[in-house]
Amino acid sequence: MTSREMNSRELKVAIRHSFGQPTSAATGDPFSLHLDFSASPGFTILFGPSGAGKTTLLDCISGLTIPAQGSIVVAERVLFDSKTRTNLPPRQRRIGYVFQESSLFPHMTVEENVEYGLVDLPRSARRERASAVLAAFGVDSLRMRQPSQISGGQRQRVALARALVTEPSVLLLDEPLAALDAATKSKILDDLRAWNQTHHVPILYVTHSREEAFALGERMLVLEAGRIVAQGPPHEVMSAPLQESVAQLAGFENVFDATVESQHPERGTMTCRIGSSPVLLETPLVRSHVGEMLRVGVRAGDILLAVMPPTGLSARNIFPGRMQSLEQRDVMVRAMVDCGAMFEVHLTLAARDDLKLALGSGVWLVIKTYSCHVMRAAAQT
Amino acid sequence: MAIDWQAFFLTLRLATAVASILLLIGVPIAYWLAFSRWRGKFLAEALVALPVVLPPTVLGFYVLVALGPHSPLGRWCQSLTGHTLAFTFTGLVIGSILYSLPFAVQPFAAAFRAVDRRLMAASSVLGASRWRTFRRVVVPASRPGLVAGFALSFAHTLGEFGVVLMIGGNIPGVTRTVSIDIYDQVQSSNYASANQTALLLLVLCFGLLALVYGVNPRTRVVGAGE
Repeated sequence: MTSREMNSRELKVAIRHSFGQPTSAATGDPFSLHLDFSASPGFTILFGPSGAGKTTLLDCISGLTIPAQGSIVVAERVLFDSKTRTNLPPRQRRIGYVFQESSLFPHMTVEENVEYGLVDLPRSARRERASAVLAAFGVDSLRMRQPSQISGGQRQRVALARALVTEPSVLLLDEPLAALDAATKSKILDDLRAWNQTHHVPILYVTHSREEAFALGERMLVLEAGRIVAQGPPHEVMSAPLQESVAQLAGFENVFDATVESQHPERGTMTCRIGSSPVLLETPLVRSHVGEMLRVGVRAGDILLAVMPPTGLSARNIFPGRMQSLEQRDVMVRAMVDCGAMFEVHLTLAARDDLKLALGSGVWLVIKTYSCHVMRAAAQT
Repeated sequence: MAIDWQAFFLTLRLATAVASILLLIGVPIAYWLAFSRWRGKFLAEALVALPVVLPPTVLGFYVLVALGPHSPLGRWCQSLTGHTLAFTFTGLVIGSILYSLPFAVQPFAAAFRAVDRRLMAASSVLGASRWRTFRRVVVPASRPGLVAGFALSFAHTLGEFGVVLMIGGNIPGVTRTVSIDIYDQVQSSNYASANQTALLLLVLCFGLLALVYGVNPRTRVVGAGE
């Protein structure tokens, strides 16, 4: 396929949209989606925490949700454009959409489900197309079964077949394999990849699974709070530590130089020394080697503060320290705690008063492993 | 004197007509109530639920006035047919439709609301029009609610009294229904045959409700909202 052909099949999205419930007036805006990207034929992984706006994005592309403004173009066909007031209804968009849970029509057989999107064809052509795609996904023997009579993996195969039989110009997959075991999952992904070898459509694939991202990913978009915070090949975006600029975007008050002391692949963690201090921080494992210099970011609001040695916690990082400064900022308190390295911690006024915190008092800091975000220093890349 | 079979079959004819017409007009109303995003929808919901709480005589009185020769509707009917609809079977059907409306519309709307939105979304993404989605996805998924609404409006019409008395009076073979018949029997101290007719109605209604609950154990009868 030439690059000209690739471009002509691209999905281009540039939208702004408010979603979710507005919180209180005091805490500000409802979530807003603010995205501008394009996806070529092949897999594009959408990765990010729940509430980041991944499903809202897919709903906007499929027409189930109407964005406040922007445009959505698939294969040079305008599906939505707020400027020209173009808004094709979902049924005219020619989009394949497979949801997280099976959404097969429970009162129809597998075959009737797959033929559902082919009303315009004569009966014999419908049969033929349906059995071809059912065969491609290895479920042609289930044609006459009801969705309740087949397994979860088979249901998602049928759901994929139902979406693909209409020859969509873009495929949206919202964690379609999340509930399946690894072996089933990888077989389905193989079939999907094989299908796209001949169809060449952009596939947006939402997942939380690193394995799936690595297995599929030609390209990956990381979404956080409605924005793209990182993109690139999955092995760069994921296993490599985040770029520091990305981290600063996410707002870490504490950013330390750190050296990898030891790695524990079996636990998925590693131990990093902060600067030249005695503080050893347990962090998630990223691709790196022992002795490598990295940066670790911790949000001030993610650190717990205790006035007695805490016990019985799941958190792996508990450091004794001394209160160096306490400063009231509006309705929050910014504490600086010296544990050998200086940590910025954010507390509420009530917490300060309840704990009777004072300068010089002895405290303990508690930091979860997954609150430590390992980054590569911006200068190194 | 035993059961007044003429009154009995008239009542069955009335209930069948009313439940059938309510299936036709109740489904679009319920669909609109279930899926419209209009802010003033609660007003329509209250209006539909009104016959649940309104005394049948109040409803019957207004229908009688509306059908009578002094209202535009009554005059229009009179000019068409030569007589008003008051004290006719058709008048009885119109009154009963209003009286039994919530017993059809509320179960229908509850069933439509309970349809998995993702199934409807899947249908429209697969290229189906709203009508096709309704026919192929919404109706099959709400079949128990549709059966319940039909059976409830049928049973409710079987047993109505106040509206019939106001609109229809007591004309044998035209507007004399079973409940009017029972009332008459009791008035003339004919308890034995009142009991026979009442028992028949009791068994019939119980059978219908058993059918409704058998089809869908979660259906609530009165004010079956969400």
